[in-house]
Amino acid sequence: MSKIKAENVNVYYGSKQALFDVSIDIAEKEVTALIGPSGCGKSTFLRCLNRMNDVIEICRVEGSIKMDNLELNSRKLDVVRLRENVGMVFQKPNPFPKTIYENVAYGPTIHGIAQSKEEMDQIVETSLKKAALWNEVKDRLDEIGTGLSGGQQQRLCIARAISVSPEVILMDEPCSALDPIATAQIEELIDDLKKEVTIVIVTHSMSQAARVSQKTGFFHLGKLIEFGPTDKIFKNPDNQQTQDYITGRFG
Amino acid sequence: MNSFKKNLLKKRYNAERRFQWYGKIAIGLALSFLAVFMFQIFSKGYSAFQKTWIVTEVHYDKELLLIDAESPSKDDLENADYYDVAYKAMTSLDPGLPEEEDRQLIQMVSYKYETEVKDLLLKNPDFLGKIVPIKLTASDDVDQVHKGNYPRDIPEKNRRVNDYQLQIYDMLNERGDILSEFNISFFTSPDSREAELAGIASSFMGTVFSILVCLAFSFPVAVLAAIYLEEFAPKNKFTDFIEVNINNLAAVPSIVFGLLGLGVLLAVFNLPRSTPLVGGITLSLMTLPTIIIAARASLKAVPPSIREAALAMGASNMQTTMHHTVPLSMPGTLSGTIIGLAQALGETAPLILIGMVAFVNTIPGTPVDPAASLPVQIYIWSESAERGFVEKVSACIMVLLAFLILMNLAAQIVRHKFEKKWS
Repeated sequence: MSKIKAENVNVYYGSKQALFDVSIDIAEKEVTALIGPSGCGKSTFLRCLNRMNDVIEICRVEGSIKMDNLELNSRKLDVVRLRENVGMVFQKPNPFPKTIYENVAYGPTIHGIAQSKEEMDQIVETSLKKAALWNEVKDRLDEIGTGLSGGQQQRLCIARAISVSPEVILMDEPCSALDPIATAQIEELIDDLKKEVTIVIVTHSMSQAARVSQKTGFFHLGKLIEFGPTDKIFKNPDNQQTQDYITGRFG
Repeated sequence: MNSFKKNLLKKRYNAERRFQWYGKIAIGLALSFLAVFMFQIFSKGYSAFQKTWIVTEVHYDKELLLIDAESPSKDDLENADYYDVAYKAMTSLDPGLPEEEDRQLIQMVSYKYETEVKDLLLKNPDFLGKIVPIKLTASDDVDQVHKGNYPRDIPEKNRRVNDYQLQIYDMLNERGDILSEFNISFFTSPDSREAELAGIASSFMGTVFSILVCLAFSFPVAVLAAIYLEEFAPKNKFTDFIEVNINNLAAVPSIVFGLLGLGVLLAVFNLPRSTPLVGGITLSLMTLPTIIIAARASLKAVPPSIREAALAMGASNMQTTMHHTVPLSMPGTLSGTIIGLAQALGETAPLILIGMVAFVNTIPGTPVDPAASLPVQIYIWSESAERGFVEKVSACIMVLLAFLILMNLAAQIVRHKFEKKWS
């Protein structure tokens, strides 16, 4: 079933066009990987899905992006509600310089999700458990989040993202700053999370895309070259460019 | 290695050594200037923290005090006539002196000696009718002689202390009746035309009130302006124009702000002249751009990843700013504020223009009482002819410097202690 349906999305940074007529169907409760060389527009596309491009003043988005039939690329859309439903994990772990507890509790607080302290404690615990971080931090929830190791920080960011029970989580190269062990932990986590949420992940690692995703989209120079089941993209792509990129001949 | 290469290498090392020496010489020069400056001030000023007293005996004679009552009340003591008692206390130092020459003795103590005689009795009512020793503030001339700042070997007619007075002084000094004690009144007394009585209490309080008023006006305005410009305002020609103007404002000479204060605050709004209220508002015009620039710089220094994290969690712009960006920028903003205030602390020209240069011999209790300020006090005293003010100027500079050093220290502590580290 389709969760997000993008049609003819064009993105401009000032006069420079970054995305050309991208159309893509993202299925519910699956992991969709976006791959491609640097500067190909995959992160730009990802940021269209929770309207983070709004922050960039010169950025202009055209086309239609629908999530459950709700038009995302509309002036009338309430971005605060959208971002409650579409969480995001960034390339560099960016926990707030506050305690671990406050990091996870921030989303539920501003969206008024928890009614009481007990409920909040419960949300923090569940989120940290889902992010496979609970056992490591349960005794030091009042320590500063930025004091954790890189991998732990990234899992804290994931816990923060899932604390508001989003329907979609966007991940922008979440493992690029992590060592192989931390990466494996995050990948395992992604596998678990997809039972409940739809995940879109941008990655530079083709093996990671192959491991975690069900669908893969290959971007090149702002265009979506090929999109399909991960197996097919990696074993038998239709497009010569995809074939070249996968086999490491360019990019 | 051939000789050409060797030479080149040697040249390179020599050049670096020379360069390091230039740097060392520059630092040495700067330090020696500072040392000379400090030595000047300390060597001239330290004696101002000592006060000279003349000890004599006073007889609280009921008859001379014109007290009739058997057991006089506080009011009786208050209203008694101390002129004769005080006069006798001084003239008793040399009973042989003809009456028409008595001024020579009276001039050796401050003109307030009568009040000092009165205050001692008011404090100790049981001294009535007794002969007790009393400390009287020495006149600034005697004070300077005692501190060795006054040359004794110049011709008598060029001296403010004549031979007779020196003779009395030497006699008293030999008896141990010239006391030198820590000068508390320098810190507790307001300004005076008499060097021996002048203190920094009024100018110190004036400075404190001015700085508080300045902080109260400039900090909220500057922080709000900085937050709006940095976090909310669209980036266009108009906001660029505003930014350029704020930077220009920071470079405007302070005397121009003084004229503005004079023309607007005093002439148009009719605020009370010579008060820390007006002084503080005028100074806040000066600190405003400094704080705005510091606050914007520290807002800019908050990593964009923190803003993105908050926005991606669904925080509004306002929540992102208030929950994350502003608290993280506060250490920088606060230390910028303190540095701005420290600059304002040393400002003299604008305060002179708004009338804080007036002679104020009361200690201000509120920001709307007339007051001077420390730098203006330095200016006022440095214009005075009496030798006694020379050391006062240096002492006042020392107090101002101590104040400045404390504030800069506070800025450093705020910056280092509260600054959050992010990975």
